Amino acid sequence: MPALTELERAYAGLRRDRAFHKEWAHYLHEYAGRETPLYFAERLTQKLRGAKIYLKREDLCHTGAHKINNTIGQILLARRMGKKRIIAETGAGQHGVATATVAARFGLTCEIFMGKEDVARQSLNVFRMKLLGAEVRVVDSGSQTLKDAMNEALRDWVTHVRDTYYLIGSVAGPHPYPMLVRDFQSVIGREARRQILKKERRLPDYLVACVGGGSNAMGLFYPFVSDQGVKMLGVEAAGQGLRTGKHAASILGGEMGVLHGSKSYVLQNGQGQIRETHSIAAGLDYPGVGPELSYLRDCGRVQFTAATDTEAIAATQLLAELEGIIPALESAHAIAAVARLAPRLAKQSVIVVNLSGRGDKDMITVGQHLGVEF
Amino acid sequence: MNRIQAKFAELKKRREAALIPFVTAGDPDLQTTLKILRALEAAGADGIELGVPFSDPTADGPTIQRSSERALRNELSLRRIFDVLSQFRQKSQIPIILFGYFNPFFHYGLAKFCRDAARAGADGVLCVDLPPEESAELKRWTDAEGLDLIFLLSPTSGPERVKLVAQKGRGFIYYVSVTGVTGARHSLDGGLRSQVSRVRSATSLPIGVGFGISTPKQAAWISEFADAAVVGSALVETIERAKGRSGKARAAGIFVAGLKRAIKRASKRRDRQNNLREARG
Repeated sequence: MPALTELERAYAGLRRDRAFHKEWAHYLHEYAGRETPLYFAERLTQKLRGAKIYLKREDLCHTGAHKINNTIGQILLARRMGKKRIIAETGAGQHGVATATVAARFGLTCEIFMGKEDVARQSLNVFRMKLLGAEVRVVDSGSQTLKDAMNEALRDWVTHVRDTYYLIGSVAGPHPYPMLVRDFQSVIGREARRQILKKERRLPDYLVACVGGGSNAMGLFYPFVSDQGVKMLGVEAAGQGLRTGKHAASILGGEMGVLHGSKSYVLQNGQGQIRETHSIAAGLDYPGVGPELSYLRDCGRVQFTAATDTEAIAATQLLAELEGIIPALESAHAIAAVARLAPRLAKQSVIVVNLSGRGDKDMITVGQHLGVEF
Repeated sequence: MNRIQAKFAELKKRREAALIPFVTAGDPDLQTTLKILRALEAAGADGIELGVPFSDPTADGPTIQRSSERALRNELSLRRIFDVLSQFRQKSQIPIILFGYFNPFFHYGLAKFCRDAARAGADGVLCVDLPPEESAELKRWTDAEGLDLIFLLSPTSGPERVKLVAQKGRGFIYYVSVTGVTGARHSLDGGLRSQVSRVRSATSLPIGVGFGISTPKQAAWISEFADAAVVGSALVETIERAKGRSGKARAAGIFVAGLKRAIKRASKRRDRQNNLREARG
């Protein structure tokens, strides 16, 4: 708790600090490559014969995903707090890579906790982290995936709290993390709002984003929350199907619970033990979801749907063939939902979908799923 | 006066610290747990912390993580843990504290959890990941059922936190001896004595120290300035190494008896020293 209070105070101080914001904006632009385009997907729109589809190109950020928006923000915060050592959890490896990246850029020691199962299916990302100078700590307790990596990171943090900053990758975890990660990711939605108003002279009808922990979704949605006419759709991982129990859809399949310091929808069994999740997309493979997203769902602001592993693969192929863009498997879930949604909407409607990451890291997984041998 | 208060009052008269061992319910199965509980009481434990296993024990090191994983392999439920507790209670008056994480209690229903826990014979609850700031809902039900809700303090707790816990806590305050997670340690922090006396100046509640205590010598040292020594991982490891239900219960009893003996000896030594001082003075 004292560590969280210290963080809360430090962030509250910096939230209104102009110099901090300037510094953050500087690195977002010069280092991460922002502003990302809001791209009109002409052929996808034509194919689906419904709403106009715009892709928010977070896949074009440095490191290939939206994760860097948050890691730059938090490492600047860590530096202000005088912390010398950064730790982080990672599932797919994108947050781990984004953390190792900024740790290298700012010269801080970095250790990334990753579940043994994830290490096996994302070996390229593991290598990238090491090349960036980070140490990868393999976690073999529990289910050996993201939630267990987070458990181990939390254990490390309470043990080394005085010199260590825990850089959480999503809008989950104890307060103030859900808030500060959402704030850092909101650059996505702020840009998208400016961009869509310029291109279409109106706000979108739908915002669509995939939901694992919820950071890219909150980043896109948050600046539009007060825009009543803008509907929001979160897409969870249905894995092998919601009815099979082999999925990671915390909101659609979970119940209220407390995991990693916040109360939210959690996938759990009848005894309140956290369930193992499954998704082809390692970044969605988390049994919880950010509390703010749960809240927005409960008050009806955000609707939820899900896409299966198979639908995500099909969506990957669809976007690749029609637009020449290979999405990350996580983002492909959002594309899959758009493929269902767009045809049902009038041709003047506008959908903005968050393309949260690019798919280079997933090529072996996609290939294997399609029967290709490497 | 409930069992926890009564026990601390009794021990205070003897100027002796309490020994509170921790075991994971259901490790490796509930029948063994029942045998172990009986062995611990017979060996001289003054109270018992009964751990409710959780799939994501973020405050625990590898020993208790393994222990929880073993327990969860079986059909473990709070219902069954309460059944075993009731069985144990038929022949025992030793204080029992349920130790666990919030989600399983929350999922069960906090009111129902407290009612069933009290009915099964529990005296206290310690919810590791529930800070006092978030405890109102649970405290409402522990108070209603006469259960002591026990809170943690640690080396990183500032003066405001110490005051908050002193105010909200019941039964005793659990002082975590390390900045870290559970696990037997070779050596304990020499500064513990002054840390505990800092807490003592803010509260009249008994103070128990836990995390890392693994030998009779350490337990004896803790007993010089704390009202209780809580021993978890070292005992869980001892049980893990032993074979068979009776074997595990026996090993647990021998280990705990050794700890209690050391605490009693330290207490007698202090008495002798005090008597000598009085005689001279």
